[in-house]
Amino acid sequence: MNLNYKLVTDILINFIREETEKVGLKNLVIGLSGGIDSALVAVLALKAVGRERLFAYTLPYKSSSKESVEDAELLSKTFGINLQLIDITPYAEAFFNTVKVDSKLRMGNVMARMRMVTLFDVSSKHQGIVLGTSNKTELLLGYGTWYGDLASAINPIGDLYKTQVWELSSYLGIPDRLIEKKPTADLWEGQTDENELGFSYRDVDRLLYFMVDERRSRDELIGIGFSGDFISKISEMVRRNQFKRRLPVIAKISHRTIDKDFMYSRDWGY
Amino acid sequence: MSQIKPYLGNVEKNLELHEAEINKAISEKCDLIVFPELSLTGYYLRDLVSEVSIRLNSPFIKIFENYSESIAIIIGFVLEDENHNFFNAAAYFENGLLKHIHKKVYLPNYTMFEESRYLASGSEFVSFDILGQKSGILICEDALHLSSLYVYSLQGVKNIIIISNSPARGINKDNFYSQELWYNSIKFIATNMTVNTVFVNRVGVEDGITFWGGSICINSLGEIVARCDLINESNTIAVIEESVIRRSRINSPFYRDEDLSVVKNYLQRVGLL
Repeated sequence: MNLNYKLVTDILINFIREETEKVGLKNLVIGLSGGIDSALVAVLALKAVGRERLFAYTLPYKSSSKESVEDAELLSKTFGINLQLIDITPYAEAFFNTVKVDSKLRMGNVMARMRMVTLFDVSSKHQGIVLGTSNKTELLLGYGTWYGDLASAINPIGDLYKTQVWELSSYLGIPDRLIEKKPTADLWEGQTDENELGFSYRDVDRLLYFMVDERRSRDELIGIGFSGDFISKISEMVRRNQFKRRLPVIAKISHRTIDKDFMYSRDWGY
Repeated sequence: MSQIKPYLGNVEKNLELHEAEINKAISEKCDLIVFPELSLTGYYLRDLVSEVSIRLNSPFIKIFENYSESIAIIIGFVLEDENHNFFNAAAYFENGLLKHIHKKVYLPNYTMFEESRYLASGSEFVSFDILGQKSGILICEDALHLSSLYVYSLQGVKNIIIISNSPARGINKDNFYSQELWYNSIKFIATNMTVNTVFVNRVGVEDGITFWGGSICINSLGEIVARCDLINESNTIAVIEESVIRRSRINSPFYRDEDLSVVKNYLQRVGLL
């Protein structure tokens, strides 16, 4: 789990620069939630392309905690990131009222999608691409909003577990306040990831690492000390959320179906 | 050792990249320039394989033949044969001619690799002379198998040239898996076959996968002769000497003592001979 963070930094900075520039774009757009994932991606992006070419947005809703905006500002001040605030309340509320959104979960998903709409829109203005900020833990567990925070053009941290995100952030000198705070989607007051999920990131990361990266069997995982219930619960979350990690399923008719036998890399021609 | 960053599926642009590097190498008075695996096409080709492939009568071959009047050249490309099979291949040019083709035998088709879905595999390791010295080419995975090394060793090669597209993966606390695997293998090849070993790996990112570079030349005594940066485009000159092979084979006569009858006895025992 412990990585050579100097090397990881070199790889990720080079990744951001290459996957942006080679498609003919220069600028990057990111939403800063005040949490550690987006903070880390912003700092990597800053190192990759410099402050003139990075456009960060903090996108609070009226119920978002004040701390979230403050932490995004603290990060921007510490590193000299160009940060703008757009309050999504007026258009999110208009949506809630028109469509009559009445559950916390639906409202949370709509907020995530409003932020997505905002970032993709401003990315067009800046001729930039939207950076993804979902880590490997969230992607495996499906703990994110489909076409909301899971939507992006390139994701530098999707192969790093939350624990590794903390460690890399610390290596890069991101303020402790952001690293030490309780992770939250901040979709409603008092929400924290670990309360909602029912386990800690450190525990689940350890399990996922042995299960996914080291391909350990159930018996081996029990031997390592994980409970059978925990293994079952996590395996099922990973399986059930596979759809969020894939393109929409296309019904096959022709000889060449996209993603089945029409196979090209994203970087085709670059 | 030309550690370039090819464009994916754009042979014309890659040709320009090769020409610039070749001209640089000529001005540095190099005898041989080695490019990475699939240097003319990029790696994650998938359905582009048939679009970027080259027949032996292609004008691209003529271009490299012309440059080889001034410098010997090894490139990586997709070869289409007369039966429309597509191979991950390496070409060696010398003295104005295409002198040798190696078709990759061991196509990786596991985890992130899917080469045998799109490509046909070669079936032999044939040594040839590079500037008068018997040598063998291995394309990436070829070098991680024992049969390739054994067959080249039996033919008495002095140099092993490995061209590669190795992705950085399995990063851990101190190092990363692919670099460990390659540097250990290269050193093993160099010291145990007592040959000079050149490894040229590409750099750049394709669909999130970073090719780590780190091209290296290790002589038959196990000494690092030259080495390129990790991750960044670069090139460097390695000076390879026959006298080193002589010294290493006096010190450690593994080549002399290798006994083919051991293999023969085994094949007879299992009924293959």
